[in-house]
Amino acid sequence: MTCPPSLHIANHPRPASEPRQATLAEVFPGTAVDGAAPGFVIAHLPAKSGPVLWIQDRQSLRETGRPYLAGMTHPPEILFLTVSRAVDVLWAMEQGLGCSGLSAVVGEVWGDPPALDFTASKRLALRSEAHNVPAWLIRRAGSADLSAARERWRLASLPSLPNPADMRSPGAPQWRADLFRARWRTPGQWVVRYDPAAHSMAFDHPVSSSPTDQQQATG
Amino acid sequence: MRGEDALPVLAFPTPQTDPRSGPQTAPKQTSRPGRRANPDDLTRAIAALQSAEQAEQAPARRPPTTPETEQEDSFSPVGLPKAKAKPRTKPQWRAGPEQGRDVGDTGPGRVGAAAGAVTPTGTAPKPRDPLARRILSLHLPNFAMERWQREAARRGDALPEDLPQALAIEGQHGPIIHALNRAAALAGVHLGARVVDMRALVPTLKVEYADTGADRAALGRLMLWARRWCPWTALDGAAGLVMDTTGSDHLWGGEAAMLREIEGRLGSLGLSSSLAIAPTHGAAWALARMGGVREVCDAEGLALRMAPLPVRALRLDGETVLLLKRLGLKTIGELAAVPRLSLARRFSRAALPGNPLLRLDQMMGTLAEPVSAPDDPPRFAVQSALAEPVQDPTPHLPALCAELCDGMAAAGFGARRISLTIYRSDGEVSTVEAAASQPSRDPGHLMRLFDGKLDRIDPGFGFDLITLAATVAEKIIVTQTRLDGEAEAGPDLARLIDRLSARFGASALRRPAMRESHMPERREIWAPAMAGAPRRPEPGAQPRPVRLFDPAEEVRVVYAVPEGPPAQFIWRRQTHRVTRFAGPERIAPEWWADRPGTRLRDYYRVEDHHGQRFWIYREGVQEDGRGGVPAWFVHGVFA
Repeated sequence: MTCPPSLHIANHPRPASEPRQATLAEVFPGTAVDGAAPGFVIAHLPAKSGPVLWIQDRQSLRETGRPYLAGMTHPPEILFLTVSRAVDVLWAMEQGLGCSGLSAVVGEVWGDPPALDFTASKRLALRSEAHNVPAWLIRRAGSADLSAARERWRLASLPSLPNPADMRSPGAPQWRADLFRARWRTPGQWVVRYDPAAHSMAFDHPVSSSPTDQQQATG
Repeated sequence: MRGEDALPVLAFPTPQTDPRSGPQTAPKQTSRPGRRANPDDLTRAIAALQSAEQAEQAPARRPPTTPETEQEDSFSPVGLPKAKAKPRTKPQWRAGPEQGRDVGDTGPGRVGAAAGAVTPTGTAPKPRDPLARRILSLHLPNFAMERWQREAARRGDALPEDLPQALAIEGQHGPIIHALNRAAALAGVHLGARVVDMRALVPTLKVEYADTGADRAALGRLMLWARRWCPWTALDGAAGLVMDTTGSDHLWGGEAAMLREIEGRLGSLGLSSSLAIAPTHGAAWALARMGGVREVCDAEGLALRMAPLPVRALRLDGETVLLLKRLGLKTIGELAAVPRLSLARRFSRAALPGNPLLRLDQMMGTLAEPVSAPDDPPRFAVQSALAEPVQDPTPHLPALCAELCDGMAAAGFGARRISLTIYRSDGEVSTVEAAASQPSRDPGHLMRLFDGKLDRIDPGFGFDLITLAATVAEKIIVTQTRLDGEAEAGPDLARLIDRLSARFGASALRRPAMRESHMPERREIWAPAMAGAPRRPEPGAQPRPVRLFDPAEEVRVVYAVPEGPPAQFIWRRQTHRVTRFAGPERIAPEWWADRPGTRLRDYYRVEDHHGQRFWIYREGVQEDGRGGVPAWFVHGVFA
């Protein structure tokens, strides 16, 4: 797990040169309060100007807190919407995806609401691709059942990298990312290192899949 | 009485002119109108009655003379009855100015000098009588306090009336009293005094800061509301209105009835008022503030009524009033008696508030001072009357929206707030409102704001009238669209904000507003997005979590030393063993914002054995004298 960072045997989700196609991606955190999932999504937010519409249902807000801009190295302009039901999260996401002035739309849904079925996720995915606005759906305490999301990730925190200044204190974050379903690329598992200062991610150390190439991608 | 009166009367060469000599002199007077007129009210009433009778007969008797006077009269906007009645009958017409002169002689001082220049409307008939208008001055002496009490009552935290309360504004040497209630006035608090002095006088005095901007806005709304009585109303100072009621008093049953009506209506709003009607703005202002209750002054008695008023009734500034007082001119009558030339030499260069001559001219009508009423704000409303009751307003909405937007586009306005009202056939009225973050006149967008809201309307047995009104409209500044054909982000985003706020409520959609604060939860205030774009957030200098719990959640902590880092903590019934930590980072309470006794916080960044990173803090330290054993809280989660 704690290989030295020089061993860059990585199977990258995509080359760095290829711009990410805006689409719907789902993120399943390992535990509900894990900061890996919002951190991973924030790391993927494009540097494009324009606010991010961040929608939380009430249960997610109560259990996992609200986004805190001071913790983001490049804080985007956030439009923060709190709604009570999962249906409203989906409705608001759909409205936001129709607005090309937004740089991304992030929704947080707690559990497995019946409204979030294959049709609903397909609507979001098509709308996201049509208007070129990336959509992220963070699904806490949910099961990965049928969905039309083009990428589906499982995220969990790993012990952080050693801090060069202080061995006793936590260093740069590390996550285990499991892309268990993807439409345009091969699924795989990675250990993701995120450098907040450079706003760049390194997908290292394939945990299970075979090493193919060695690259560094910027999210 | 008669016996006493007889002695001085006999001393005069013309005993007929004695005002109190009884009714038998009145016929003599009217039979010889060329002599001095009698200022007695009874005589004047008889003369007016006779003039009215003669005016009715006049056209029949003298047909060639009347058309001239009628032509001249037709120029005057809304003439008083006296202006019409007087020129027709020669004897009465001559009695008018003589009466005025007589008033000047008998009144205190020689007001006639000023009044003589004012009243000779009859001698040289002008097209416009300067005293023909009727100006109502409305003074709200306790407007700030009453508005504040009304607001407090609406919030539900109104204090009882018998507690001394006052409103303060910033003065030169600290806050001074701006408004006070009756209990405070009875306790000895007075306006303009320093708050510290008044607190020493009345220790129970409750002082709040006055909101003068809101007062001004409320007075502006009241001014528009007062147009129910007459079409021309304008602001008059900080707590007053002026209304031109010429020709509108008969709608309310005369001037006295109108004054009662206005006072009653304002009273039902919780506003005490004093008001007066006079031919000029200056005279009405003076009477409303220094005259009697609901006083009505007509053109004949104007000079006589103004004479005993103090000079500060002339709307002069304090220095000029003081100067006039030092000159020995205490009343308006005394001021008017001074030869005009000597006063003009002194005050010719003074501006209007410091110029008693110009103010006197305004009061007497020599210098015109029309009421300049601002225009009504534009109102946009359309309605559609249906042939028969329907159940669903949705099919009618596009046409209404298009019509409303056409009207607003013609005027250059856009709607910030629109309301759809349906009138049911059984008399019920229900309203649905929607708001926009930027003024908009896009029919499709306005229509979408009602999405999902029309279900709340209960149509009953149907409704037959729908109105759509822009309750708040603002001017739209037209912006240039981009030449390269790229989509505009601004209007698109504003529409999204409108739609989301309309659906989930304005408080659900928020934006972070940055504050200068060390406390993590106070650094970002989430303000409604409808309020406008705040400044761009900045990254923090210290490592901070990406998620913040608000409020922080208490945890049970095992530690090696009380001031040291936690070794293990139990949060939400799960045990987290701390493998690595950084800290403490001490954040002290903000003494200017926190209550005394608030404890400091020692923040630690900790990582547990699963690799999750938390931001936890200990509130206070042992033996800091601000409570017992310090408690621990989880405040955030790191990425």
